[in-house]
Amino acid sequence: MISTYGMAAILIYLVCSPFVASILSGVDRVVTARMQGRRGPSVMQAWWDLLKLFGKESTSVNDIQKILVAAHCFFAVFSGAIFFGGGDLLLVFFSLTMAEVFLILAAYSVNAAYSEIGAQRELLQMMAYEPMLLLTSVGFYLSTGSFAVSDIIRTDIPLICKMPGFFIGLCFILVIKLRKSPFDLATSHHAHQEIIKGLTGDLSGRIYGVSELAELYEEILMLGMAGLFFITSDPVSIVWALIAVAVVMFAMSLIDNVFPRVKWELLLRYSWLVTFFAGGTNLMVLLLQAKGL
Amino acid sequence: MRISRSPWLLHYDGSSCNGCDIEVLAATTPRFDVERFGIINTGNPKHADIFLCTGGVNAQNQDVVRQIYDQMPDPKVVLACGICACDGGIFKECYNILGGTDTVIPVDVYVPGCAVRPEAIIDGVVKALQILDDKKRRMKQEGYRSLTSEEYRKQLEEKRADGVKSDA
Repeated sequence: MISTYGMAAILIYLVCSPFVASILSGVDRVVTARMQGRRGPSVMQAWWDLLKLFGKESTSVNDIQKILVAAHCFFAVFSGAIFFGGGDLLLVFFSLTMAEVFLILAAYSVNAAYSEIGAQRELLQMMAYEPMLLLTSVGFYLSTGSFAVSDIIRTDIPLICKMPGFFIGLCFILVIKLRKSPFDLATSHHAHQEIIKGLTGDLSGRIYGVSELAELYEEILMLGMAGLFFITSDPVSIVWALIAVAVVMFAMSLIDNVFPRVKWELLLRYSWLVTFFAGGTNLMVLLLQAKGL
Repeated sequence: MRISRSPWLLHYDGSSCNGCDIEVLAATTPRFDVERFGIINTGNPKHADIFLCTGGVNAQNQDVVRQIYDQMPDPKVVLACGICACDGGIFKECYNILGGTDTVIPVDVYVPGCAVRPEAIIDGVVKALQILDDKKRRMKQEGYRSLTSEEYRKQLEEKRADGVKSDA
């Protein structure tokens, strides 16, 4: 049963996420521009981009594409709603995977070369980050004894103290999830990549807008997961979590600008190494602790 | 929301000498920084609002130009950058050159220059933005729709036939 707080959190998530996430990516674009010695666009840019897409004509090769993209958006929003409503982390993980699968199916359905390569690379990308996401959920379970977010946030000390390895691993895959560093992967935000827009290459107008909207919801969910490491039963910890999320966002921009030409082969290899060493070591420590050693 | 706040641009090199293309890329560098107007170089016709064409159209790439144009969703504008894209330039008399971009698709803004300067490109894009806003408004009010390349070809043929008649 969802508590009143949970309901309120879901409602705030559903209403505010698109706007907050687009402002965040606007700030991110300005920060990136300043790092490159440019003035950069307005902070509102991502929001205007989204509104524009909904005002454009949409052309689609087949009708199934629309349904699949809508399902992608639905599951992305659904996983966020479970998370912010205090639900099960494993359910969030599976629902998020489901959302990705629908987007990949949408890309395969159009039967276009670039979409197809994009979809294949998205699958590789999933292979790179899914183990870490799943391990993080397991880490939360081992440290708190529950998969439910509503129980995890009742902890007395911030979980970052118990699971620093998982945090590093999660930050590493956030680069992929926020569509940052691997510039040739699926639907990276960078222009001049070899597969144009890959996965979303054949979406246009409103349909593309829906997939962008899903991405904004997903962004907030991923940042929420990073914030979960800092939340405790003390309400003041929310401030710490927000600061931590801001630092993580800045670190993402920095990593993206320092390593602008990371390719998918490199990223796949490194994300598994990081998962194995950072996540695996932390997992072992937690397991030993659980056994009372 | 005005569409001109978020113009995404598609750059296609017809058969230019690459002079204009280098200037187009220069416009995206920190010195000129077109991203401050929200402009993104997308490389994908289905996401683009502005079609920026450099160089004349030749016998081989005319279908490519038509296809890119037809794939772009409405509202859209076409920007011919450089004198070759405007009317064929110094390649005009070549056996394989059909002429400027407007020999195959309707062009909204002509930006002359050889090579076209980044300032002129930015000026051209700003001009294109006004047209884009206007097209969006007309789309909403009157159900305006851009000509397809096929409709444009027929229109050109009719004009040519009329010209031949009046000459006779």
